[in-house]
Amino acid sequence: MAQLNLLQAVNQALHTAMKADERVMVMGEDVGHFGGVFRATSNLQSTFGKARCFNTPLVEQGILGFANGLAAQGAKPVAEIQFADYIYPAFDQIVNETAKFRYRSGGQFTVGGLTIRTPYGGGIAGGHYHSQSPEAFFAHVPGIKVVIPRNPYQAKGLLLSSIRANDPVLFMEPKRLYRASVGEVPEMDYELPLGHADLVQEGSDITLVAWGAQVEVVQQAAQKALSHGVSCEIIDLQSILPWDRETVCQSVIKTGRCLINHEAPLTGGFASEIAAVVQSECFLHLEAPIARVCGLDTPYPLAHEKEYMPDALKTFEAIMHAVHF
Amino acid sequence: MSDVTQSTAKKTPDPVSRRDHMAQITATQAVNLIDKQSAPMPMLQLLNSDGNILNKQYIDAWDKDTALKLFYAMHFTRILDERMIGAQRQGRISFYLACTGEEAAIVGATAGVEMRDMIMTQYREQGALAYRGYTATQFMNQMFSNVLDPNKGRQMPIHYGDKALNFMTVSSPLGTQIPQAAGYAYGQKMSGEDAITLCFFGEGAASEGDFHAGLNMAAVLECPCIFLCRNNGYAISTPADEQFKGDGIASRGIGYGVHTIRVDGNDALAMYVAAKEARAYALKHNCPVLIEAMTYRLAAHSTSDDPSGYRSRDEEAVWREKDPIMRMHRYLQQVGWLHEKALDGFITQTRSDLLAALKFSEKQATAPLSEIVTDVYAEVEPHLQDQLDALQMHVNKYPEAYPNTSQQTAADKQGEGVQ
Repeated sequence: MAQLNLLQAVNQALHTAMKADERVMVMGEDVGHFGGVFRATSNLQSTFGKARCFNTPLVEQGILGFANGLAAQGAKPVAEIQFADYIYPAFDQIVNETAKFRYRSGGQFTVGGLTIRTPYGGGIAGGHYHSQSPEAFFAHVPGIKVVIPRNPYQAKGLLLSSIRANDPVLFMEPKRLYRASVGEVPEMDYELPLGHADLVQEGSDITLVAWGAQVEVVQQAAQKALSHGVSCEIIDLQSILPWDRETVCQSVIKTGRCLINHEAPLTGGFASEIAAVVQSECFLHLEAPIARVCGLDTPYPLAHEKEYMPDALKTFEAIMHAVHF
Repeated sequence: MSDVTQSTAKKTPDPVSRRDHMAQITATQAVNLIDKQSAPMPMLQLLNSDGNILNKQYIDAWDKDTALKLFYAMHFTRILDERMIGAQRQGRISFYLACTGEEAAIVGATAGVEMRDMIMTQYREQGALAYRGYTATQFMNQMFSNVLDPNKGRQMPIHYGDKALNFMTVSSPLGTQIPQAAGYAYGQKMSGEDAITLCFFGEGAASEGDFHAGLNMAAVLECPCIFLCRNNGYAISTPADEQFKGDGIASRGIGYGVHTIRVDGNDALAMYVAAKEARAYALKHNCPVLIEAMTYRLAAHSTSDDPSGYRSRDEEAVWREKDPIMRMHRYLQQVGWLHEKALDGFITQTRSDLLAALKFSEKQATAPLSEIVTDVYAEVEPHLQDQLDALQMHVNKYPEAYPNTSQQTAADKQGEGVQ
């Protein structure tokens, strides 16, 4: 098996999907000849032609509006928004159109073939507008799935599933790991199921839930906790919506404690939803309050990026606090 | 029907009793699909490549001091860009974005408006700040995100903002400033200010919905502003011919009922004259003016970009020959305003000032940790105070993990007295 980084895995998934199904089309700013600002779409245009991999004008609302129409016609557009921070001009198209297309037409029309790819997340000195993690906005909208991989193997398998799913999917790529995360990726065509969490590490004292680039952060915290005799179970959610309630709740019933970590601001972040469900499903098994280690309720600050981040040390502190509650 | 019309008129008194949205439209009996060739739009050019004035009417368009101030600001900008691309490559800053080749468009337009006019930019308009007197140290403080940056180091390098210079803080999302400029100008009009808003953006950003919203609203609501599009041929890798099929951006202005002029963006004099006249027109008639500056982004999009992936060196070489600084240099020689020794001195001094400022600014502390929660709201709300308190305790417990803020007490003292 080849060693690929996360970007190469995304690129391979796109090649695989376009080769297998001529209805798959890749569109977005700079995705054509140039191959995207991160090179995730390299060589797609030269391989599949300009009609199936094309640059769009610089207009996110247009990209998503066009992609909605294209998907409604039966194609499988994979639309790239260059940075998740720039997805908001397309918010109306996603929230009011993509997510409601099937429901409002009683199932007659659907944009289920649509996949939106976008790099997200901080830790790259990107300031306000190259760092945001907006998954909770979209998880709040019934009608669109939200998927986040943490490594190249997941990226390829989950992206192929997302493209082939009968529902529109927002596929968020942790750009901090684009080149940093390297791993074995099968060359074959494979899919990983949406809606399933990945049990990263078994443990007995506390369940740590994270996704994307934060999984390695909680892994570091778990390592540090282990040296203090605390055994952590780590769950990578992979799918933010729908999310794998069963895996998370079974784990918390076993460990009796739960910590959720995400980069996005604390208030209204997806950790709130997980905490509410865990509290409801595991109430009698909880030995400590559910902990949330998240970004601050501020815009993403460049100068104080290190302090803002829900890092391994903050996670470790919260683990120890929960264990000694 | 006349009864109905009368009763309606009584209910809503309106000076326009009968509207006719077709009043200006004549009829034709020929099927005629109009294309962009039907109304070609030339660009204003006042200096040729040798620096000769092409229209004697504009010989006295500016005085020597203005011309030299503009020229020096172009040089300052070029040197700043070279220095900071170097600094980025040395790993001293994370990011930089040069405006090489577009100095005349940016500085020329800035010189054509007044200091009291608000400037809203995209992110490639450091020349506007240079013309308005932003110092080497002020530039550096922003780029090193230090405590002396008036924006408190919260944004990436080149996202300047300076209230004293009427320069609105830059936002990365493209085109958002265009409708804001219309609104700001409306406010200037309503408060009786003798001022306009000059709004810069690129031809790529003009694809955003905000462009449509901004120009249409400015026209309808009669906002005294200048929309200045730098048509530099590329939006990162996407060439203009993959961005739009119309006759540039200027042709759109007509559609919105916005007075429009296309200008040679590498001709500082033409840019200056166009902006000056646009300003006078906008103020006198309370209306927007669109200027399309035809230029070329000789620089990469940013230090994260490599243009060799999407354009040829030959193409770049053609535009390097059209260098706006070179053209202005020749013009100043022609009119006898150029003092070569003074220019050499300015360049040497600027290089040295920038290097000294860089060395100073990179040593300054970041803003205090408490600033992480200020300015989110007018006051620090209780939940943010709680988050700050918890963060402060955490940083105190692990000072070695957060060196920028844990060692701040000492650094703050060092920063005092430096303004």
